[in-house]
Amino acid sequence: MTSTEATPATAATTAPTTPAARTATPAAAPARAPRAPRRRLRVGPLLLALPVPALVLVLWTVGVQQAWELPFGIKMGFLPTPLEVGRRLVDLAVGGIVDDAFSGTLLAHLWASTQRVLAGFALAVALAVPLGVVMGRFSLAFRMLEPTVNLARPIPVTAWAPLTLLIIGYGDGSAIFLVFLAAFFPVLLNTIAGVRQVPVRLLEAAAMLGTRKAQVLYKVVLPASMRSIASGLRVALGLSWVILVVGETVGINTGLGAMITQARDQSKTDLIVAGMVVIGLCGFVADRALTGLLALATRGRPTLT
Amino acid sequence: MPRIGTVRPRQPADVRVAGLGKQYPTRSGGTVAAMADVDLDVPAGEFVCVVGASGCGKSTLLRILAGFEDATSGTVTVAGAPVTGPDPERGVVFQDYGLFPWLSVRENIAYGPRQARLQRSVVTERTDRFLAAVGLTRFADKYPSELSGGMQQRVAIARVLANDPSLLLMDEPFGALDALTRSSLQGELSRIHRDTGTTVLFVTHSIEEAVFLADRVVVMAGGASHGVPGHVKEVVRIDLAGERDVTSAEFNALKRRISALVHEEVAAPAA
Repeated sequence: MTSTEATPATAATTAPTTPAARTATPAAAPARAPRAPRRRLRVGPLLLALPVPALVLVLWTVGVQQAWELPFGIKMGFLPTPLEVGRRLVDLAVGGIVDDAFSGTLLAHLWASTQRVLAGFALAVALAVPLGVVMGRFSLAFRMLEPTVNLARPIPVTAWAPLTLLIIGYGDGSAIFLVFLAAFFPVLLNTIAGVRQVPVRLLEAAAMLGTRKAQVLYKVVLPASMRSIASGLRVALGLSWVILVVGETVGINTGLGAMITQARDQSKTDLIVAGMVVIGLCGFVADRALTGLLALATRGRPTLT
Repeated sequence: MPRIGTVRPRQPADVRVAGLGKQYPTRSGGTVAAMADVDLDVPAGEFVCVVGASGCGKSTLLRILAGFEDATSGTVTVAGAPVTGPDPERGVVFQDYGLFPWLSVRENIAYGPRQARLQRSVVTERTDRFLAAVGLTRFADKYPSELSGGMQQRVAIARVLANDPSLLLMDEPFGALDALTRSSLQGELSRIHRDTGTTVLFVTHSIEEAVFLADRVVVMAGGASHGVPGHVKEVVRIDLAGERDVTSAEFNALKRRISALVHEEVAAPAA
């Protein structure tokens, strides 16, 4: 609809004297012409978004076939083509194409990974939000804990991994703990920041309206810092998936990270890339699910999400 | 517009301020007196406006009455009881509204009655009544960010009135509004005061606003930047009956007199 309307208008700007353009939009054409560029942008976000990935796929395919050598010493000859990755993805999901140990195992890996992410993330939220509220609200707690938090925070979670394997051991526990560590700090810092930024005016308003002390937190502090907390949750959930792959590399058999590691050991590049695609999608879907959940929980109220 | 009328369950409070002083610590370790020896008696039901140049302590006075700040010296009692902290009996209307942005207009107004754990039917009745009193029934389900400044301030006033306060404290409530909205809200406030009989202490920069609204105008002067602590300079009774005509000679004579009192001080700082 929009495109058929936009075309004559565009034609009118470029060639206003063309009879075809005049008959298509009689009289209205000159008035509408200046707005044509804005209309054209709306034609379809898909149409605008598709060319770049399409080009990447084409270059990727050609590059693999021609065995291009790229900067950083990237030898594209070792890469699978997009088509091979696609085949592997389908096989991973339903089997029947490659028929190896990985065929049809996607759901098992996905489920194992999702469980670990959810466990670690939930644990982090359950601890970091209350701690952040306390640190943001009480300056004594802040001054006591902030230096420690900021000393521990710069240690990369990946640097925790070797130690974790030694003190927790191979298995779920280590992976969940690493996800927990990764998610903990973004949630904590955003909660502290959000709580400290609650406008004094709202606290005064709550006080003079008779808000009971015990309710101030729930009635004012949390809603007023909800935005900041929510963005912390999103960052943390994204990081959770990143760290999961690290956490699953050693001593774990099922899980997307484990799958990629096994694929590397067997030099199955198509499986590695397929795994990467799945993990990327997981992060994306998880983020959408989280924002959807938050919007649902806050019932679309302004300033909450 | 419907009247609030009839229901007047809580008695308006009288306010007694005696020898009130407020000092702030300075960075160099000393103290600076923002206000000293302020005495003020407001009988129950009176509408008092406080005017004065910036820094004279008029907002500090209001904030101490609200219970947001402690006095350094002196006593403040409302309805015979000393002020120890914020209380729903003393409703405050801020210049920047202070509405909860995540609550709808209706929920903002129902907030106080709900906190007071009133029966659900009472909460609904009060909310509807004050929504109507400020003419916002049609906007009950909007959020504050969807309203104009004047409408937001109406919500803030209704929200406080729904708590049935015995004292209404208003800190330059119309200062951020345009002239037209301002004058219509002044008219509404005047009517609300007549209907509820609540005691009102109203801080403003506008002398015309003060003369229009008040039974008495308290002129404050001084302030830290003048080298003298803020104090009450004079109290002017506004003896204008009925609906006030801002163009009348009496009105303007009072305006001139108060204006002179305020400006003397500004013209001669650190005297």
